[in-house]
Formats: sequence, C-alpha cells, structure tokens
Amino acid sequence: MYRTMVTARLIDEASFRLNRQGKAPFVVPVSGHEGCQVGTAWPLRPGRDMWVPYYRDVAVVLIAGMTPYEIFLGLFAKAEDPSSGGRQMPSHWGSRRLGIISHSSPIATQVPHAAGIAWAARYRGEDTVVGCWFGEGATSEGGWHEGLNFAGIHKLPVVFICENNRYAISVAQPLQMAIQNVADRAAGYGFPGVVVDGNDVLACYAAMKTAVERARAGDGPTLIEAKTYRYFPHTSDDDDRSYRTREEVEEAKAKDPIARFAETLKEQGVLDTASIDAVWAETKADVDAQIDQAWSAADPEPSSLTRHVYFEGDGT
Amino acid sequence: MTEKNVVTAIHDTLHAEMAADDRVVVLGEDIATRGGVFRVTQGFLDEFGEQRVIDTPLAEGGIIGFAVGMALHGLLPVAEIEFADFIHPAYDQMVSEVSRMRYRTNGDFGLPMVVRAPWGGGVHGALYHSQSIEATYGHIPGIKVVVPGTPYDASGMLRAAIKDPDPVLFLEHKRTYRLIKGEVPDEPFEVPIGKADVKREGSDLTAIAYGLSLHLCLEAAARLQEEHGVSVEVVDVRTISPLDKETILASVVKTGKAFVLYEDNRTYGAGAEIAATIAEEALFDLDAPVVRVGGPDAPAMGFASSLEHAFMPNADTVTERMLELARF
Repeated sequence: MYRTMVTARLIDEASFRLNRQGKAPFVVPVSGHEGCQVGTAWPLRPGRDMWVPYYRDVAVVLIAGMTPYEIFLGLFAKAEDPSSGGRQMPSHWGSRRLGIISHSSPIATQVPHAAGIAWAARYRGEDTVVGCWFGEGATSEGGWHEGLNFAGIHKLPVVFICENNRYAISVAQPLQMAIQNVADRAAGYGFPGVVVDGNDVLACYAAMKTAVERARAGDGPTLIEAKTYRYFPHTSDDDDRSYRTREEVEEAKAKDPIARFAETLKEQGVLDTASIDAVWAETKADVDAQIDQAWSAADPEPSSLTRHVYFEGDGT
Repeated sequence: MTEKNVVTAIHDTLHAEMAADDRVVVLGEDIATRGGVFRVTQGFLDEFGEQRVIDTPLAEGGIIGFAVGMALHGLLPVAEIEFADFIHPAYDQMVSEVSRMRYRTNGDFGLPMVVRAPWGGGVHGALYHSQSIEATYGHIPGIKVVVPGTPYDASGMLRAAIKDPDPVLFLEHKRTYRLIKGEVPDEPFEVPIGKADVKREGSDLTAIAYGLSLHLCLEAAARLQEEHGVSVEVVDVRTISPLDKETILASVVKTGKAFVLYEDNRTYGAGAEIAATIAEEALFDLDAPVVRVGGPDAPAMGFASSLEHAFMPNADTVTERMLELARF
C-alpha cells in the first residue's frame, strides 16, 4: 500500500517536471488523494472486480494493474498507450484486459455505466463488485443521481467512492451543495453513506472492505465519501491561486496521507526510516526508468485517425 | 411467410432473439409490466423474467448509460426510449459515450447495443411525440442509424442490429406501426445495415425517402404511372448512417432526376446530405436540379389536425412536386 502511494506521488512529481520541460502538455495531478485512492481500491480483486475510475485516479489504476510505463505512454500520447492510443487527454484511463472501464471528460457519465456493469455481473452469476470513483462536483450531475438511484433500487453490487477535495476546479463545496457531507445523499437512494478521513489510508481501506463485503453478499451499494484535498491545481492548465489561499493549501499538505501512513508504519514497527527512504529511492529509480522507456515509444500514425470508428474485426 | 404490421414484426423479432440468446436484455420505461406503450415487449416479462426485462426509472440518460454498462460486461442490451422526442436528456451518453467508446479506446472496447425509439409524426403527437431525430445522430460517427419502413425490413434490420458489434439507433416510425403491412419470413433472416433498397423500379425519376415518407413516394409513384405514364423509381434509404451512396447514385444516374423527401425540418435534415451527395457526385448525370422536400423550419408540428397536416408531407403534394420534376 505504501509503495503504491509513493509511486502515485512520484508519478505526479515527474509529470509536472515533464510538463515544465515541454514534454507533457497536460497533467492531471493526484497528489493529496493517494490515501483515499489506495485505501478504497485495495479491497477489490485485480482481474476479477471492475474499476470505473475518473481522471484523478492514478493510484486506483496502479492497483488495478496499470504500470507507470503505461501511464507515461498516456501522458506522452503514444501509440501503445493502453487507454486510448494517444487519442484521449492523459489520465482518461481504460483497459479491457484489466477491467478498467474507459471514461470520457464529461463528468459523472461513468456512474450509470457502473450500475449497468453491476447489473450484468449479477445476471451472469458472477461475484464481481464494481468500484466507481468521482469527485464531489460529480454529485451535482443528473447522471450521478440516475446511477445511484438505479443501483439502490436493485441492490446492485457496486461501491460508489467520492473523493471530496472541496473544489470542483474552482467552485467550492458550499456553492456545489447545501449539505456538509456528500454521504448524506445515500439516504435518498436507500443505502448507507459513510464519511471517512481520506488522509487515513487504513480508515479508507476499512470502509471499503465493509462496503465490498456488503456488495458481494447481495446487500447492495454503499456511498463512501473520503474527505481529502488536492495539493496542485485542477490540472497543469489551472491556476488555483485565484480560488484557494496558500495558507489553506499548506495546512492541507501538513495532513499528507503518505507521511501519516509512514508514521503509522513506523509506530507499528513495520518500516523504519531507512526502509522508508529505500522505498522512495527504489520507486523513484523505477518510475524514472519507465519514463525514459515511454518517451522513446512511437507516436500514433496520422493515418490511424479514422481507425476504430466501427468494428474492424480485431476486438470485441 | 406471414403477413404482419410493423409493430408485430418488431415484437416477434425481438422475442425470437431473446429466446435464442440469453445475453439479450431489454430495458426502458413501461416496457415490463405494461409491455411497452406500443406493446412491442408485450408478454416479455412473464416469459423472460425481471433480470432480462427491466422497467427502469424515468431517466433516459440512465437508460442509455445502464445499457452501456451492460454492453461492456457481456450482455446485448436493447434499450427503448419511449418516444424519440425524449432521447434528448441522453444526448451526452449517446454522443460522449456510446458513439466514442470504440474510437476513444483505439478499438479496445466495443458497445454491442441497440437503442430503439419510435419517431415521426402523423399521430397527433404534437411537439413532443412527433419529432425526427435521425439527422442529429446521423451526424455522429460511431453510431449507426437505421430507419426501416416495412415489416420485412424492420424485422431483418432489428436482427442485424442486435448482432452488430457496434451501437445501432433503431428508429421506428410510429405512423407505420399499424398502417403498413407486409410479408415477413417465419425463419430468422437479416437485412444488412448500410444498404438502401430499390422498392419500386422506374426510369423517369428517382424518389429517395425513408420511414413514412417512403410510403408517400410509393403512393405518388403509382398515381403518376397510372395517371400520367411517368415511371418513378423509389429508393428506400433504410440506413441514415452509414449512408448507402452507391445505391442512391446508381439510381439517380439511371433516371437523371432526383426527388428527396423527408419529414424532418428541411434545413440540415438527412435529405440535405443526400441532396448534397447527388450534387457532388452525379451533377453531370442530372437532367434537372435536385428537388428536396422537407418539413417546414418550424420547431415542430402542432396538435391541431390543421397544424399537423400543414407540417406533414402528403401524397397529393408529393405527386404534384414529382410531376413538376418529371416535366422539367
């Protein structure tokens, strides 16, 4: 868990470095969300359960099985990018092999998909659970309501995870909803809503484990709201100084989920300072090597622009 | 062969496909207990059960979105939008998700799904139970749009749509549901998507239409033959996208005159694309300018019979306009 959190953070740092170097025109940062992403993704089974993420979910897709190399293929829009072959903006994840469902840029459109997948999984007699992630801004969309409503009516095996970082780009939560907790909305759909500290990876893990067990037992969905914060602007094209004070950002950074988990691991005697330093150093070397490998991969052929509009006999 | 109307042909085909393949599920508003407002899914709930015949909440974006999820996970969903006019809340799902899933994943994911929607006027449906939506979706690469006009084509194209690996918007003209009857084979058969069909052979001019307009053209063609000795070839477009330019152009080249009829608002309607194609690719085979007859550019037809009639094309005016073209 810790290594995955570190990997996500280092991918972010490298991505912004590459952005400043002019090698990565667009970056969607994850920093600050590593705790809630790793905690809520961890109880699902790679290769068997289904992942319906949104664009900030670097750590979710790492746990689902995507490698940093593949993530950087996407960042550089390379032909072998598994999500889209360089067609979508970076961080628009997808891989049929890994069960990561491709998503678009419009917000919350993936939520009804998660409900439909859960319906199909139950109909086919599988014990699959669907994880569906989004930000708090997504909960204002009609499609979000439609997805949760349908999942609630039919007690579908799906867990909805809200990564509430308090801002939908610049619009703060009080202008997004009249309530304190997104989780309260679950009552309207007839299933439990749980608030959890998104900076506490183990608390997120515990909440998700309960929700997954509940879903797998046929007891229906859960809405988990993880209170978190993003340390960087919405994307590399955003300037968050217009809507957040530096003091607020620094205060949030003091609650870093990675530092907090490191403390816990030290207290429990699982890791010591030396082994934590080693995790960072090893991961950085690994990520950097994968960046170089991805950078040298081929770009998409311009002539491929009109491919795969319709079935070509080589896919599903 | 059995004589059926359009709605019975659709019911029977959907029933046969559900019986043949348990991956096929149907979902929509009022389709289970009620059996559909047009009775297309009558009796399905009792026979196939609530896991395959799904009454959804009243949420069109959800209906399409749930179908996307089902198609992503091994099922072959046939979603019903109760009236084509109500598909607009699902526009984002249709355009951002349904049409782009294969493209945006570079062919990794596909969406084998059908969206059925009753469309068209002439049934006192007023502004919100009469609309034509084929041009809107014909403009979106990644979705196939079909508009069968006969019981035979409705049956064969629905089967082809269910078996198609790509999403198909299957539009059923409401006025044809019980008005148009024809022979339908009792054994399963398919009519290929993307192929127009010459419904009547002729030599003086080509009439190009689909849906209810097809039948107006056929009626006008019969009258012109009988009353004026004019021989009209009638091409049924059948698929709006991808458009079968070859069949349309071959007929126009043969007759030298093109008459395009559609009931949608005239401006930017599907007939505009057909007329443009003829103008681009058959100009030197034409003996007269292309005639394009569409609905007025008013938002929709009214409920009052007088307003509905003023909006809809009819066999008299179609005959008149065709005769003018024949005499050009």
